Amino acid sequence: MIFKNIHYLILALIFIIILMGILSLATGHLAISPSELVETALGEGSRRNELLLFEFRLPRLFIAILAGAALGVAGTLLQGITQNELADPGILGINAGAGLSVVLYLTYVSNRETTSPLGQMMTLPFAAFLGGLLAACCIYIVAWKNGVTPIRLILVGIGVNAGFGAVLTLFQLRMNQSAFNQVTVWLSGSIWNAHWSAVISLLPWVFILIPLSLYKSRTLNLLQLGDEMATGLGINTERERIKLVAIAVALTGASVSVAGGISFLGLGAPHIARKLVGNKHQRLVPTAACIGALILLISDMIARNLFAPSELPVGLIVAFLGAPYFIYLLITTEA
Amino acid sequence: MEQIRKRQLNKKATKQRILKRFQSRSAATYFVISLAILLVTMILSVSYGAAQINWTVIRESLMHFDVQNTQHLILYDLRFPRVLAAALIGAFLAISGVIMQGLTRNPLASPSIMGVSSGAGFMMALALAFFPHTSQFGLILWAFTGAGIGASMVFSVGLFSKRGLTPVKLALAGAAVSALLQSASTMLAMYFNVTRDISFWYAGNIAGIPASSVRLALIIAVIGFVSAGLLSRSLTLMSLGDEVAKGLGQRTGLVRVCGILIVLLLTGTAVSISGTIGFIGLIIPHITKKMIGMDYRWLIPFSAVIGAWLLVTADIAARMVNPPYETPVGALTALIGVPFFLFLARREGGGLI
Repeated sequence: MIFKNIHYLILALIFIIILMGILSLATGHLAISPSELVETALGEGSRRNELLLFEFRLPRLFIAILAGAALGVAGTLLQGITQNELADPGILGINAGAGLSVVLYLTYVSNRETTSPLGQMMTLPFAAFLGGLLAACCIYIVAWKNGVTPIRLILVGIGVNAGFGAVLTLFQLRMNQSAFNQVTVWLSGSIWNAHWSAVISLLPWVFILIPLSLYKSRTLNLLQLGDEMATGLGINTERERIKLVAIAVALTGASVSVAGGISFLGLGAPHIARKLVGNKHQRLVPTAACIGALILLISDMIARNLFAPSELPVGLIVAFLGAPYFIYLLITTEA
Repeated sequence: MEQIRKRQLNKKATKQRILKRFQSRSAATYFVISLAILLVTMILSVSYGAAQINWTVIRESLMHFDVQNTQHLILYDLRFPRVLAAALIGAFLAISGVIMQGLTRNPLASPSIMGVSSGAGFMMALALAFFPHTSQFGLILWAFTGAGIGASMVFSVGLFSKRGLTPVKLALAGAAVSALLQSASTMLAMYFNVTRDISFWYAGNIAGIPASSVRLALIIAVIGFVSAGLLSRSLTLMSLGDEVAKGLGQRTGLVRVCGILIVLLLTGTAVSISGTIGFIGLIIPHITKKMIGMDYRWLIPFSAVIGAWLLVTADIAARMVNPPYETPVGALTALIGVPFFLFLARREGGGLI
C-alpha cells in the first residue's frame, strides 16, 4: 500500500485521465493543435475539427474510459470472488461468451433496417450480458465438484474460452469478407462503433453497477476471509457470490458490446490498484476503475497512432502489454 | 544368494524385464485393427466430395493412371494429397502429444496448449508478411523456429517459478504465451493486410494443400517416425520417473533434447502446412494409453494411426457440415477437444498448482 489517503489518489488519477484524454483528442492521423482544440471546444473551430472532435474522437474517448472502468471493476470483483489473482473476464471465457452472443444477435436477430441505431445499441449490452452469463454458468457447472476451487475455475475457463472461440469461427466463416473482417477486428477488442449512442448505452450500466460494486465491497472483504469465516459473520456466501458474479458479468458484457473482447485489462487494473491502495475493496474498486480507464485510454491512443492511418484493435495492444504481466504473475505467485 | 540375485538383476536385465512388463499382448491386435479402419476411412475420404468417385475408379487410377480421365486427375491433384496430408498431420500431432506428455509427465502437455503451435503460427505470420514468396520448405523452417520459441517461452515460465511447471501452471502459461503471440501475429497480419489468410489458417485448414507440401511432409514423416521409434524404448523408461530412468542407465538429458527436437520438427511441419489444429495432441495420448498401456514402442505407432484416423474423419466432417463450403477442421477438432480438456481440467484441477 503506497497511498494512505485514497481521495488524493483518485483525484490525481482523474487529473491524469483528463490530461491523457486531451492528449488523445489532439493526436491521431489528423492532428489538432491545442489552440485549435480550445477553439473547437468553445464552438469557434473549423467545420473539419468540429466533426473530428465531436463525432469521432470524443465519443471514442468516453467509450475507452467507461469500458476501461467497467473491465477494471469486473476484474476486481472476479479476483475477489475466486480469491485468485489470475482471474480475468477474458481468460475465464466470459468475453468469448458475450462476444458469441453479440455476433449472433447482430447477424440473426437485429438488422439495421428495422431497428433504430440507438435501439440496437441499447439492446446490445443485454445480449452480451446473456452470453456472458451463459459462459459463466458453463464454467461454474463444469468446475463444480463438491464446491469450486479457484484454480479449477480458471482451468475450466480456458477450455470454455476455446470452445466458444471454435463455435464463433464456425459462424464467422459463413459471413462475407467485410463482415468477417469486422468481426475479427471487433473480437480482438476494438472501439469499433464510436458513436454517441454507444456511449449512452454504456452509461447506465457503468453508473449503476460500479456504485453497486462499491456498496458490496464490505461483502467482498469478508469473502476474502474464507467461506467459513464469512458465513460466521452473517453472509450467505453462495448467494452473495452469485450476485457478485452477475455484476461482474454485466459489467464485462456492457464493455464487450461496445469495445469487443479485451483481455488482460481486468487482470492488470486490480493488480496495480492493489499495489497502490491495498486489499480493502472500498478503496480497491474506485482505484481499479480509474486505472482500467487510464490503461484503455492510453492503449487506444497507441492503437490509433502506431500504424496510422490504419488502426489496430486496441485489445491487441492490451494483450501485448498484459500477457507478459500475466506470465510474470504466474512465475511469482505461489499458491 | 546375494551374489546370484545381483548377477540376475544387472541393469540390462532389469531394463528388459521392465520393458517386458509394459508390453501389452493386445497391442499388436489393436494396431492392426486401427490400421485397417484408417485405410477404410481414407478410401471413404477419397471417394467423398463434390464428385463421387467409386472404388473401382480409385483402384484403376492407382494401377494405370490416365491423364485424359478427369476423375483420375481429381484424385491425383486434390483427393490424394488432401487425405495424405490429413493423415500425416494427424499422426504428427498425435506423436508430438505422446512424446510431450511422456517427457513432462504432464497430462495437459500438448502442442496447442504448450505454445508450440502459436509460436509456429507467429513465425509463419512474420514470414508471410515480410517474405511472401518463401518456399514451402522455407516456411517449415520458419515454423520450426517459431515452435521452438513458443515452447521455450512456456518452459521458461516453469524454469523461473519455484515449484516448476505443474499441469495447471502449464495450461495458464500456454494460454498467456498463445495470447501474446497471437496478438502479435494479428497485428502483423492487419498491418500487412493478410488477415483473412492468417485467420483462416489459424483456424486450421487442410483444403487445397499442394502435392509438393505433401511430398515434403512424407520425407519429414519418415525422419520423424524413425527417430521417434528409436527413442521409444528410452521414453518407456523415462515414464517411470527421472531417477529410475537414470538408475537404468538412461541419459535423461539427451533423451529429453532428442524428444523435444522431434516434437518441434513434427509440430512445425504440421503447422506450416495446415495451420493450428488443436487438441489432437492432447486427446490421443490419453485414449491410446488407456487402450494399450505405457509401452512406447507400440504407443507411438498406435497413437500415430489413431491421430491420423481422427483428422481424416474430422476432415470428412468438415466437408459435410456446410457444403459446398469448407469448415476449418481446426474448429471441429476444438469442438471435440474442448469437452475432453474440460474433463481433464475437472480431474486435474483439484490441488495441483
